[in-house]
Amino acid sequence: MNSTATDPWIRRSANPKLDRVMVSPEGVPLNVTVATAGARAGALTLDIIIILGLILGVTLLGLLVLWGFESAFGETVALEESGPLSVIAVLWIIAVFLFRNAYFLYFELGDRAATWGKRAVGIRVAARDGGRLTAEAVIARNIIRDIELFLPLVFLTSGEADGTMTDFTAWAGFLWVLMFLLFPLFNKDRLRCGDLIAGTWVIQNVKRNLGGVVAPSAELSADPVTGTTGSRYEFSDADLSVYGEFELQTLESVLRTGTDEALDTVTASICNKIGWEPGSGDERIFLEAYYTALRAKLEQGMRFGKRRKDKFSKGI
Amino acid sequence: MASIAADPTMAQAIETAALKSDRFRLEREADWIRLEEIVTKMEKGKARRLSDEDVLALPTLYRTLLSSLSIARENSLDAGLIDYLEGLALRSYFLVYGTQTSFGRWLKGFFGGGWSQAIRDIKLDIWIALFVMIAGTLIGYILVAGDSDWYYALVPGNFADTRVPGASEAALRETLFSTKEHDGLGVFAAYLFSNNAQVAILAFALGFAFAVPSILLLIHNMALLGAMLWVFAQRGLTVEFIGWLSIHGTTELFAILLAGAAGIHVGRSIAFPGAKSHLTAASDAGKRAALVMAGVVIMLICAGLLEGFARQLINDTGLRYLVGGAMLTFWLVYFFVFGRNRAEANP
Repeated sequence: MNSTATDPWIRRSANPKLDRVMVSPEGVPLNVTVATAGARAGALTLDIIIILGLILGVTLLGLLVLWGFESAFGETVALEESGPLSVIAVLWIIAVFLFRNAYFLYFELGDRAATWGKRAVGIRVAARDGGRLTAEAVIARNIIRDIELFLPLVFLTSGEADGTMTDFTAWAGFLWVLMFLLFPLFNKDRLRCGDLIAGTWVIQNVKRNLGGVVAPSAELSADPVTGTTGSRYEFSDADLSVYGEFELQTLESVLRTGTDEALDTVTASICNKIGWEPGSGDERIFLEAYYTALRAKLEQGMRFGKRRKDKFSKGI
Repeated sequence: MASIAADPTMAQAIETAALKSDRFRLEREADWIRLEEIVTKMEKGKARRLSDEDVLALPTLYRTLLSSLSIARENSLDAGLIDYLEGLALRSYFLVYGTQTSFGRWLKGFFGGGWSQAIRDIKLDIWIALFVMIAGTLIGYILVAGDSDWYYALVPGNFADTRVPGASEAALRETLFSTKEHDGLGVFAAYLFSNNAQVAILAFALGFAFAVPSILLLIHNMALLGAMLWVFAQRGLTVEFIGWLSIHGTTELFAILLAGAAGIHVGRSIAFPGAKSHLTAASDAGKRAALVMAGVVIMLICAGLLEGFARQLINDTGLRYLVGGAMLTFWLVYFFVFGRNRAEANP
């Protein structure tokens, strides 16, 4: 898997080490971000709590039904070995087996390829090679979960309960758990053993809203033919060649989300840089005009294959 | 697009956009928003409520979006827009290339040849597992024959109630042809299934560590069987014991054999990946083995039912051989004969 982003100087996530590129079958590189170990741990904890809750719920339901039988037909009928007790016991054993093994399968085979825990923290399972996530892959990654998680849990608790656990086996079991639990931290794609076997990985969901046009005021006053901006501000080529794409996108985020205070600060520093006297009360209009002019210049360069990363790189 | 041309304010906005990249965006955003609505509905599991036009439009809109993204990456410096397109492209990509087999269709393919095919693919590993299991039984038998104290080391306490070295023939015969405890058989069957399935899953999952733990687990389990066989053989009950065992054992031991073979297959592929990279070899083998394992669970359900009901209800050795033999024949035919021609005709 290629680990360089398509736009190396656009920071996509908090930890650029987790950014990857996945090539879609159409040949378009798509940027994905591998889920952090913390998110994985959180999702797993939630899932375990949910599974325990489900088991508890089924147990209570069983007891309730049993209690219902008891009050309806009397104690002897309800507790007879071939009576309702055994039916309920069979159902209970099957239900617990299903919760333990089929919970993950069912949800990861769905459209969102994520269990409730994964949905809550915003991550999902995907095929590492960019192809379809197959049923076999989901089965494989979840069967391995058994030795990673449930086996040591059962081993440790049952050994403790029987009192047959020696110090040595306890420590060996503990090391075993640790080895699998920490496995994702020792590879760059945060794969657990099951992901390795199944050819899958867990990545972050992205859900972003389409924001408005960044500088609407500049658009309205613009001349559609030449593309030059409003009459109130004219920027010379020198004024526009002090910044690069990084600064342009910083300015974009200020315009999209910034407070009035931030607008003031940015206006002051831009005016300082290009040697203008900052006016007051008109910051947004000024910044939008400057943004549009700068972007027009940089995008024109871009169309000719010339890009400028930031203010420290060579002008175009 | 038609809606944009019809909407005069929109047309004007495109006209007056200062930047070519903004004009590009305004011309196409109606399609993006439509795609986003479809994707959001599908993600929420409301795919059934989509209209036919929307379903048909999804692949086209998705490809249009990918081309928009490619253009925007080369033409636009609007980071917010590119972020949005990247996110939407990924979301729709997962829907267009998501797990499209419904569970029912997957199940049909699985029983209609997929399972048998996967088992035929790991034939070599099945032979290895079979060899290991026979070796394990022999080891157990020979060890206990040499020194009967080995029996207590091999067989866990709950099995060794009356079935111990030196037990009388009558006591042993009683364990094979017990007429008591017909009640609660369902619970027993469900318990056996759950327990055996966990052992089989373990045998597979441990294959991850270069197959060594899988082999050890197979040897250990079969040594237990060998040890018990010796105890019954001492009292001349070999035929009856094997009959008692075969009624469910042909299915259960076959399932454990396949689970072990699947584990060995994965471990072998990791240790000796051949021309492929270690990761690719591991994931190819893992997917193949997963199919086998899904089948193993089904076989164990059958074995649990046979063990819980049939073994306790059928008390005649001849009948037991008949049922066990029939099950074994069924599995062998299903795995190695069924669907063979079809699979080879269209691989």
